[in-house]
Amino acid sequence: MNLRAPQPVDTAPSRAADALSAEDIRELRRGAYELRKDVVTMVYKAKSGHPGGALGHLDVLWTLFARVLRHDPKNPKWPDRDRFVLSNGHTCPGLYSVLARCGYFPREDLWTFRKLGSHLQGHTSSKHTPGVETDGGSLGLGLSQGKGMALAARLDGRPTRVYVLMSDGEQQEGQPWEAAMGAAHFKLDNLCGIIDYNRIQIDGPLPKIKEIEPLADKYRAFGWEVFEVDGHDIARIHDAFVRCRKVRGRPQIVIARVIPGRGVSFMENDYKWHHGSPTPDQYSKAMEELDAAIRSF
Amino acid sequence: MQLSVPSDRQAFTRDAYGDALAELGARRPEVVVLDADLSGSTKTSVFGKKFPERFFNVGVSEADLMCTASGLARSGKIPYASTFAVFGAGKAWEMIRQAIAYPGLRVRIVLSHAGVTVGEDGASHQMLEDLALMRALPGMTVIVPADAAETRQAVLGTVDVPGPVYIRLSRNKTPVFLPDSYEFRLGRATVLRDGSDVSLIACGQLVYPALLAADLLQRDGIRARVLNMSTLKPLDREAVQACAQETGRIVTLEEHNIYGGLAEAVARALVETHPAPLHAIAVQDRFGLSGTADELLDYFGFTPQKIADETRKFLKATPA
Repeated sequence: MNLRAPQPVDTAPSRAADALSAEDIRELRRGAYELRKDVVTMVYKAKSGHPGGALGHLDVLWTLFARVLRHDPKNPKWPDRDRFVLSNGHTCPGLYSVLARCGYFPREDLWTFRKLGSHLQGHTSSKHTPGVETDGGSLGLGLSQGKGMALAARLDGRPTRVYVLMSDGEQQEGQPWEAAMGAAHFKLDNLCGIIDYNRIQIDGPLPKIKEIEPLADKYRAFGWEVFEVDGHDIARIHDAFVRCRKVRGRPQIVIARVIPGRGVSFMENDYKWHHGSPTPDQYSKAMEELDAAIRSF
Repeated sequence: MQLSVPSDRQAFTRDAYGDALAELGARRPEVVVLDADLSGSTKTSVFGKKFPERFFNVGVSEADLMCTASGLARSGKIPYASTFAVFGAGKAWEMIRQAIAYPGLRVRIVLSHAGVTVGEDGASHQMLEDLALMRALPGMTVIVPADAAETRQAVLGTVDVPGPVYIRLSRNKTPVFLPDSYEFRLGRATVLRDGSDVSLIACGQLVYPALLAADLLQRDGIRARVLNMSTLKPLDREAVQACAQETGRIVTLEEHNIYGGLAEAVARALVETHPAPLHAIAVQDRFGLSGTADELLDYFGFTPQKIADETRKFLKATPA
């Protein structure tokens, strides 16, 4: 596998090319499945963690980091970098696997996840982990922080774009809507939200707990440009980010419909895998399934 | 120390804050100011008029206020986030914890309308728990300036403190009494009046009545030392220890609930350095109520006369 390491580009407003080749798509899809193996292994070795959300959104996350985000793993604090804020911090195994693959830290570190002394905390911690921009764990706080970063970038005339990944359950909090109203008020077109729309939450299927629909209409009503995509269709995901970049005068949101637990049959669409660690048998089965998928690409 | 006691001059600490922000804004381009629809009251509007591009009114959204400040701080700005103490320290406490204190960001949280002297608006607006909430956060600096002059110094003097800072301000006009030579030093108490029989350790707008109470005690031959403990965290433990060693007994004064504020901070320092009897003049585990600021200061026992009476009773009960 030959994944292109992301490289910073100083001049373009975003490093996203306008379209991906068939080879790009195949490579990204395969990369996302490799990362799924890392996620399952991390949670297995840690004996705890949250695999469902991370497996669901890895096609989106990997496409973003590998082909859209302007960042430099060798210079994580590069002032002109784009920012990625993980608002649903419990899904951090996905982000950690991506950051390791990009070269922010060695892949072996992933196996220390959640252990005493590890820089990979149970929920994202900016002080501990290179490449992690904020501190997650309490839902609803990310969009406001992204908004602050977007305001700072505009004040300083930087090309920075800010991406904030939120969960669907998180939309049940009040604060995302405070931030959504504010970002539209300040016309922050350098701010892009992403909804990890997997329709599960801890206590059960989202519609049974507290329905958030019509979500696209809600964001439209708040003054956002809305894109709805299949969160496993890499070409569509990439296209949505390209179109977001071209929007002027308002923030954008990509609602990515995903299957939680994607790639591991017994985890898919089962809210019980929001968190939990596989047994040794389940772990072997998960790895076999993911390997089979990778061979098929 | 040449104190103006009694003082014939009064000023709002929040006016001093607004003016200090404008002064800072001219010197420091990285200073930005945020408010949640109370900029006319907190006086951040003074900065907003001078530097509109660096002023963000986020609307009635205190959670959003603190997290937006966090995002700005992460991008190299020095944000000052203001609203009323009850909404900032109360409603948005968890945002301060997760997005400001945990990453140790350089956000200055300056909240006004703390204490019973909010007055007529009543208990809902009279924040009496903010010092406990802010002291409990790891790495948070906590400051309660005694008058408008010290407010200016505290704001200007903490701009470069590496972690988060909380500064507590009042709604009402308070006496300006500290001498021109007064110098705010972070983490250091100042002896405003020396004495050997008892120490009155006060913060905020109770420092002034403590000085007047010391005058009243003097008439009975009681020599009271008065300390301005404007930094609650980190606390000046050496000053507390010296009070215990040199005056024996301690009275603390704060416009805050008796739990979690100055009294408990001083009590711990005493127990750990030089145990001595302590009497806490504070709000006795209850909520406030409507009234004028002056009526409420009297109602809660914060007038010079009542402070002197309480101190006499305490000294009688704990003979040297």
